[in-house]
Amino acid sequence: MNTPIVAAPYPEFSLLLCLGCVMLVPLAAAGLALIHQGLGRSRSAAHAMLATLCALAIAAIFTVAFGFSWAVGGDAAHSFTAGGAHWDWLGSAPFFAGGIHFYSTDVDALAPTLKLCLLLFAAGLAAIPALSAGTDRWRLGPACLATALLAAFLFPLFAHWAWGGGWLTQLDANFHIPRFIDAGGAAVIQVVGGLMAVSVAWITGPRRGKFADDGMPAAIPGHNIVLVLFGCMLALVGWIGLDSAASILFYSAGPQQVAGTIINAMLAASAGCLAAVALTRARYRKPDASLSANGWIAGLVAGSAACAMVSPVAAIDTGAIAGVLVTYMIELAELRLQVDDPGGAVSVHAGAGLWGLIAVGLFGHFAEGTRPAHLLTQMVGVAALLGFMLPLLYGANLLLNRIMPYRVDNDGDWQGMDIRELGAGAYPEFVVHADEFVPR
Amino acid sequence: MRLAACLLLLSGFFISLAALVLLPALGIRFAFVGAGLGVEALGAWLLTLAHRPAAAKEPER
Repeated sequence: MNTPIVAAPYPEFSLLLCLGCVMLVPLAAAGLALIHQGLGRSRSAAHAMLATLCALAIAAIFTVAFGFSWAVGGDAAHSFTAGGAHWDWLGSAPFFAGGIHFYSTDVDALAPTLKLCLLLFAAGLAAIPALSAGTDRWRLGPACLATALLAAFLFPLFAHWAWGGGWLTQLDANFHIPRFIDAGGAAVIQVVGGLMAVSVAWITGPRRGKFADDGMPAAIPGHNIVLVLFGCMLALVGWIGLDSAASILFYSAGPQQVAGTIINAMLAASAGCLAAVALTRARYRKPDASLSANGWIAGLVAGSAACAMVSPVAAIDTGAIAGVLVTYMIELAELRLQVDDPGGAVSVHAGAGLWGLIAVGLFGHFAEGTRPAHLLTQMVGVAALLGFMLPLLYGANLLLNRIMPYRVDNDGDWQGMDIRELGAGAYPEFVVHADEFVPR
Repeated sequence: MRLAACLLLLSGFFISLAALVLLPALGIRFAFVGAGLGVEALGAWLLTLAHRPAAAKEPER
């Protein structure tokens, strides 16, 4: 059954503002790419960057080909009626962006084009946490295949639910509770990407030598913390664009809200970073640079759920709690759960993203609906992410792993992905790995 | 164990949906959606345990 999606009216100035914001979004991908390659080993650095480029390229092509039509594009959606409620679960616009009038001079045609523009970058962003979790061992071919599936179907599915007029946006009409809020993509991009990341980390298993037989982890420090910290700054610029563009396109934010979004993004990132600096300083006597960088990104991720819907003080609270949470979650994942996640992507994207969604219900300013009702709505969104998207993403990755094994062989694990898959290292003149010449 | 964990995750999701469909009062909806999230947390925990390197080595012993 097809049902019409109600299109929001956009003032011309907001669309032009959105156009400028969308142009910043690729910087978020550049920042995340620098972070995850810097936190990996030097012998896999070129592979990590190339994998990110390939993921962005594949995500863009598959979003235009299939993803957009299933996410928000078009005037119709797949839906059914059950339990007296209307369940809109997938978009059904023409493939290859057939419903977009690229040559139109009408300003009304700009909104769907901007949505396509944002979504093709957003799908690429959602693919990056998995590359981070699989650093040093996830082969390029399977990574590209997984990204294609993510961009073509898995990402658009939840994007439609939360952004494209799907059932999470119709909770008010169906169940008399407010609509689910994800203004900047904390759920659609970050949590979906984080859940993809944990699936990849589980399936590829830990790097060789990461855990001893008794389960104790060995430290494999990142090879370039300067790039990691520079990546944090680039990511801030990209995140501002991402949060602002998504707020305008999916929540009809105006210039005042966009200014609030920029302020809150900076405050949440700052609070997340400072909380991680203070916590690691208190626990280890010296601040930990990589955990502090993760705190910065965690603040951005958590803050992107509400954007301008919270006060600056609440943005600081959200970011600070995200920074503290991520510090403990990275430790829990490594020490207790034995998940080898070199860049902390699972904790940063999934963990902080889920916290951000709940924080909207706790701290948000809403024109309609009570705070408990908003909190309930956000909990339903979290339940959908963990209860439906996690098994779906895990099952899809498990299937792809059967078709094309994810993990590089043992020799590749030692040599590094650069030599194994690309035939040349990232730093041929500066780095010699002594253990490559040790007989095994 | 992995299948059981995935079934627990899905069960938690459907408990949450059922709470929305079947229960009108906000308080009891809260309780059931919370319970659904609890079941999901259990499923996620089981799935993590199933992928621990130590657990993966056990059948070889």
